[in-house]
Amino acid sequence: MNIVVLIKQVPDTNEVRIDPKTKTLIRKGVPSIINPEDKNAVEQALTLKQKYGGEVNVVTMGPPQADVALREALAMGADKGFLITDRFFGGADTYATAKTLSTTIKTVFPDFDLVLCGRQAIDGDTAQVGPQTAEQLGVPQVTYAKEVEVSGNKLTVTREVEDGYEVIELTTPALLTVVKDANQPRYPSISGIFDAYEVDVKKITNDDLKLVREELGLKGSPTKVVATTTPDTQRKGEVFTGNPKECCGNLIDRLNQRHLI
Amino acid sequence: MENKDIWVLAEQRNGKIMNVAYEILGAARRLADKKKCEVCAVLVGDKVRDLSDSLIHHGADKVYVVESPLVKDYTTDAYTNILEQVIKNFKPEVFLYGATTIGRDLAPRVASRVHTGLTADCTGLDIDEDGLLLQTRPAFGGNLMATIKCPDYRPQMSTVRPGVMEKLAPDAKRKGEVIDFDAKLDDKDLRTQVVKMVKAAKQVVNLEEAQVIVSGGRGLKTPDGFELIKQLADELGGVVGASRAAVDSGWISSDHQVGQTGKTVRPELYVACGISGAIQHLAGMSGSRTIVAINKDPNAAIFKVADYAIVGDLYKVIPVLIEQIKSEKEENSAS
Repeated sequence: MNIVVLIKQVPDTNEVRIDPKTKTLIRKGVPSIINPEDKNAVEQALTLKQKYGGEVNVVTMGPPQADVALREALAMGADKGFLITDRFFGGADTYATAKTLSTTIKTVFPDFDLVLCGRQAIDGDTAQVGPQTAEQLGVPQVTYAKEVEVSGNKLTVTREVEDGYEVIELTTPALLTVVKDANQPRYPSISGIFDAYEVDVKKITNDDLKLVREELGLKGSPTKVVATTTPDTQRKGEVFTGNPKECCGNLIDRLNQRHLI
Repeated sequence: MENKDIWVLAEQRNGKIMNVAYEILGAARRLADKKKCEVCAVLVGDKVRDLSDSLIHHGADKVYVVESPLVKDYTTDAYTNILEQVIKNFKPEVFLYGATTIGRDLAPRVASRVHTGLTADCTGLDIDEDGLLLQTRPAFGGNLMATIKCPDYRPQMSTVRPGVMEKLAPDAKRKGEVIDFDAKLDDKDLRTQVVKMVKAAKQVVNLEEAQVIVSGGRGLKTPDGFELIKQLADELGGVVGASRAAVDSGWISSDHQVGQTGKTVRPELYVACGISGAIQHLAGMSGSRTIVAINKDPNAAIFKVADYAIVGDLYKVIPVLIEQIKSEKEENSAS
């Protein structure tokens, strides 16, 4: 199988803090990681390769330092890495991102069987780039994919939904977005890490894709962010400290007043 | 025809309208009243016409019904093809979807098909002075709220987080129009086939509808801590929630997760135990009516959003709390 995995380098949002004075994100010291569910997609690709053979190509779009994310995926066992990077790609919303990704796939991997992505990225949580890429590639999609079985060109995919799961059949080429519960991503081996830095990561710029500027980055994005604010959720609460018995007694009084017990 | 009205996808499954569809109808009604336009709902399914009235009672002026055995179950291709035809035909100004596993599968596909913008998981919708849709959503794990516009493309599309918008009280006297829309559908265009739908045997955690939620976080230190959380939840007649830290540690399944990457909840009572209050978590629960926090760190961020805070070791506090609630209930029932 010719598999393309789309990954994204994201700030670890568990570590992101807000500067109380400027009300902006403090990015300094926040580690950059492969988006967690994209690792599940890489793992899924490697499992499929082990079972059915083929090649796993990892692709990311981002600034030059996103190279690190590709190296990590290569260390897990992916065969080749591709970094889509160009200043014209900056500021892209999900539509423009999908346009760039789908054009890359059509240009570099015209004979792909499967595109895998994580369900969503933890910085934006949109879950839109996968389906939008599938549409622009003109291939069917299954989102929230948990299990994947392959028989010839037929895929049988288990899709997680709110109250259970669905089993969906389709044929390749196709795009799947993979959920966290699909698998446990493997750790890179020591030799894998060394080997990953021997591999030549191919850079892709708009010279390769030849998209018109109006389709790229901020210009090619139908949505515009007009304001950002920090959520204000503060309440003036009552604090009980000391002996648990007294604390709980006080709490129960208050909950009783609010008819909550 | 001009772009004018506000449209919603009235998502139904097995002949039952999803709660979020009523919620987005409520939001659409509010926006339409401000914009002085109509609310239109699209209802797709096999023999679903009967559901139209309830959509009108909840705020729709017009219901466009697309019926076919080919859309008995949701498939991406069938719904995308239908909505593409609806959008090309009626030119909606705004199109809203519930951010469910269907809405989040479908809306991006449609947005790419008709080339327009889409904002995911909105928690706030408004109309600005130019009549444009203001779409507000959490980003960076709920650390920031971003407001987004789509000035140059139509429709302006959003998926809307379940449990956030208020639905209208149903009014059986509201009148509206039910219109059949004959969408062209071809078996051959449907590239995925649902061969099986299984309700999970696991106990469904209905966090969104729970009146009382008791949640545990990293401060539990071990998965066994959730047994104590469960006891307290049982005593209060509630269900068990969890922070992302607890879920990521593998202590409890993600069905229990409250927060930006989990569920958004607004119960009458939310009890946060051993949860530090990362914004990611606050994004999902700060709308709760009453918030109680138990944490041994007096500086925990969770205390800033709490109505009542107990500073102490949860393993010492919760057992006492359970005992006292028990005796309180006995007293109440005796009196």
